[in-house]
Amino acid sequence: MNYELDRITDIYNKLIGPTNELLDRNTGSIVINEDKVLSINEINGLHIEYNKITDGVEINIHVDADIRINDPVHLCVGMLPSEGRQVIRSRIYIHRNAYVKFLAHCIFQNAKHIEHIMDSEIYLEDSAEMIYKEEHFNSDDGEIYTYPKIIGEIGNNSRLSEEFKLIHGRAGNINIDYDIKQNEKSSCDIMTKIFGKKKDNIKIKESLYLNGPYASGTATSRIVLIDNAKSNVFGEIAGNAPYTRGHVDCQEVISDGDAYASATPKISVNNPLSQITHEASIGRVNKKELETLMAHGISKDEAIQLIVRGILR
Amino acid sequence: MDFDRLLEIKNLYFNINGKDILKDINLTVKKGEILPIIGVNGTGKSTLASIIMGLSGYKPTRGRIIFKGEDITDLSVTARAKLGITLAWQIPANFEGIAVREYLSINNKMSPEEALNFVGLNPKSYMDRILDDSLSGGERKRIELASVLSIKPSLVILDEPDSGIDIASMDIILNVIHELKKNGSSVILVTHSKRMATIADKLVLMCNGNIVKKGDAKKIIKFFEHYCKSCGHIGKIDEGVLNEL
Repeated sequence: MNYELDRITDIYNKLIGPTNELLDRNTGSIVINEDKVLSINEINGLHIEYNKITDGVEINIHVDADIRINDPVHLCVGMLPSEGRQVIRSRIYIHRNAYVKFLAHCIFQNAKHIEHIMDSEIYLEDSAEMIYKEEHFNSDDGEIYTYPKIIGEIGNNSRLSEEFKLIHGRAGNINIDYDIKQNEKSSCDIMTKIFGKKKDNIKIKESLYLNGPYASGTATSRIVLIDNAKSNVFGEIAGNAPYTRGHVDCQEVISDGDAYASATPKISVNNPLSQITHEASIGRVNKKELETLMAHGISKDEAIQLIVRGILR
Repeated sequence: MDFDRLLEIKNLYFNINGKDILKDINLTVKKGEILPIIGVNGTGKSTLASIIMGLSGYKPTRGRIIFKGEDITDLSVTARAKLGITLAWQIPANFEGIAVREYLSINNKMSPEEALNFVGLNPKSYMDRILDDSLSGGERKRIELASVLSIKPSLVILDEPDSGIDIASMDIILNVIHELKKNGSSVILVTHSKRMATIADKLVLMCNGNIVKKGDAKKIIKFFEHYCKSCGHIGKIDEGVLNEL
């Protein structure tokens, strides 16, 4: 095992848990530090190819048709140095009738000035299913610029569930941009949870295009802000075919300080048989929730912490 | 000093924008007493419950609230809860991301499993459920009662625990109230239900922001059913009529 992999797995062990699965030969995985692939493990039906590019790595992942990968595939990406730029350009192809779950961990514990660019393309063929959970572990005081971008297309009868979580350390400057097209009877659920602190600046744009009949989608975001953090959430769903159903749900909570939040849900329908809804709320912690917990004998601050933890969980 | 007195409300007024919502409320709750409060909608029952708990926006305009001999009129919700008062809302709050186990572990003196069993919910099925709208209103109410039981308070205010629940849940609520009494808790029970109200020998009838009568439960319920819903809410009770019932 090399020195960098040792260090990454040490951090993983402290922040996330035992590295058994990450390094298990029966579990699909890839571990990247800066622009180097430190470890890669392919399993039956899972193919991972990579190439070095300027400041990063290009990855192509294929899950073969009719393959069901029951154990999560681990994608561990990080930067051990405190400064630098990392580009991860990934293309993920889930072929017909395949199933896979990815657990992605992005580790920037030493970051002082890091730029992390994640350009992803995701393609699900018909009757495929993909679950993708990504969690970031940032340093507490560094400047981190994160640009997660997804362009995706979901085939007929396919399902994509995506979750992005950044609640450890500073969110920094983060600019999320998702653009997903959906075909007939497909479903897509996107969930974003971010905890903004100090001068963090959070921008989120999530767009779902329900282009096939009976396609359904949800774009959900939960943002908690303290100090001088800012957030701007744009959630968009377009119902472009009959019997499509969509819902944009944005909740931003300012729990303390001079934080600023804005939300812009955009819903559109160009078919009379499509139904798209939205809800957005921005404000302090819900009074009734707060006082319910206080009526159990805990302080206001403890109650706020518990509520915020729940929202971001 | 009467050591049996747990809660005393003295000459309490509450107004919003110049309108009296509660007028000259005087009420005593004894240790271990179950005290139902009945009255038609809008008479101030839930407002009184909120004032006793000290919820924001419910500071009395005049009057004092004494609990265990201490003036709590200006205390926060948390401070009142630490003294032993708690409130179960008519519609309990939902909590995104908080599991039943975690909720029932807040300042608990009873295990979450035991509390859930008491309200007829299987711990194996409910312990890891999230307190959001994936639970039905009835399930959420039972969990709220379990949380009240588990903190073993001196005084519980139950605001319409019977609203929106099925018949089976009604028995569970009554069992919980009996268990609270057995544990030494006093219960203020805001209700519209005759069955719920007759759990006690005495009850309080409110009308138009006043307590118009505290007395024999059966008589007052009979009066309430015959006269209250159509009287125009004048805030007085005709003692002659009451005594004839």
